Amino acid sequence: MRYFLFVAFLFLKISSSISQNRYTVEESMVTFFSDGIVEDIVAENKTVTSIFEATKKDIAFLVRIKDFQFEKKLMQVHFNEKFLESEKYPKSTFVGSIAGFDGSKEGVQHVTATGKLFMHGVTRDIKIPGTIEKQGSKLILKSKFMIKLADYNISIPQVVWQNISEQVEVDLNFTYIPF
Amino acid sequence: MKLLLLIAVLFSFNAYGQDDLLKALDSAKEESDFTIATFKGTRIINGHSAETKPKGTLEFIFSHRFGRISGGWYTLYGLDDAFVRIGLDYGITDRLSVSVGRNSINKTLDGYVKYKVLRQKTGADAFPFTVTTMGGVAYNIYPKANSDIEGFETVDRLAYTGQALIAKKFNAKLSLQLMPTFIHKNAVDHTFDKNNQFAIGGAGRYKLTKGTAITAEYYYNVDRIHPRYYDAIGFGFDIETGGHVFQLVFTNAVGLTERAFITETRDEFWNGDIHFGFNVTRTFQLKKDKKGSKTTP
Repeated sequence: MRYFLFVAFLFLKISSSISQNRYTVEESMVTFFSDGIVEDIVAENKTVTSIFEATKKDIAFLVRIKDFQFEKKLMQVHFNEKFLESEKYPKSTFVGSIAGFDGSKEGVQHVTATGKLFMHGVTRDIKIPGTIEKQGSKLILKSKFMIKLADYNISIPQVVWQNISEQVEVDLNFTYIPF
Repeated sequence: MKLLLLIAVLFSFNAYGQDDLLKALDSAKEESDFTIATFKGTRIINGHSAETKPKGTLEFIFSHRFGRISGGWYTLYGLDDAFVRIGLDYGITDRLSVSVGRNSINKTLDGYVKYKVLRQKTGADAFPFTVTTMGGVAYNIYPKANSDIEGFETVDRLAYTGQALIAKKFNAKLSLQLMPTFIHKNAVDHTFDKNNQFAIGGAGRYKLTKGTAITAEYYYNVDRIHPRYYDAIGFGFDIETGGHVFQLVFTNAVGLTERAFITETRDEFWNGDIHFGFNVTRTFQLKKDKKGSKTTP
């Protein structure tokens, strides 16, 4: 029995190390870009966390809305207070899985992430194209996609609408390292 | 027992779901956030709010008070008269602001330093309110020459203000503020005024929509000794659009330094001696942050 327990424990260890073929973020950068008539709006967030489970190809992101940094601080206040309402909805998340990734291959691979994006109190199923590049033990994930503000109940007050387009471009640039 | 173990072992392969990934991320991160936008502007009606300008931002603020509405048709409900202050506010750091201004009443030059001592925040390290301290000085350019008034000296032109602005944002809509204020005037007429005066102010704002709010402000002067002066009271409507804040106000005060509106307001609000006016601000970002450096506006 003891022997069996030992084997079972060992097996558990191995299995958990297999099932936890996880990657975590070394460096992250989420940028959004909105090109307006009066001026372009750019914001960056470098505190985004993510876990990528390479065996099952599941991925999760957690974005703190308040960590988006704008060049104009007044814009940052408006972004938090009026548009994303970050006191009410402090976080945005994405949970999904990645198709088209082969962990044994080096180089750039084109992949698609399918899952649920939660933002401003709204959850939507989305599909995001991107690339994953394997560099030794690291993975570099890049993606660029559009978000329609109306899809997430983000309304732009009438008087300032000219400054903000109805769609924003989101850019992801992540470096993953084994957990 | 063996079977149970086997099941446990097998189960361990699938012992997580996608949501567990998210939970792992969520539990790893618990930070506290400073409360933002307790008030729309650095002023509520006549006096200061606990807000300071973020680092590197310059605000141009133009305040205008018309004459008494009770003047009726003869003065076009006060529109014939104008009392103004033109000022510039600048954020040296996210917590420290300075300002200079020029008032038409008594041709007063004013300047102040404002510092956020404590900041309201939520999360792991929560704190319930914001405390900003304000120190100001006002210099009357009127009278033009000291000799215009017998015995008048240059020091008599000066007045000082020390103020604590204690503010709490209760929710996205409601913010309230308390303002204990001390004012020292170098020269007063002792028959109806004191050199040192203490006042306690209360103010609030309630947001109607994302860009508009109603505001109210009242200063109770504890050291009032003569019925010639009244407490400053005001109601306002804030409109925020992009880089501008428009504050439309109704108040009995026409001065825009603490000395002027807290200790020298000559009109009685409840008597109908109300002045319509506005504060208009325009914010400019002079210094841009290095990309990615973290700041809290």
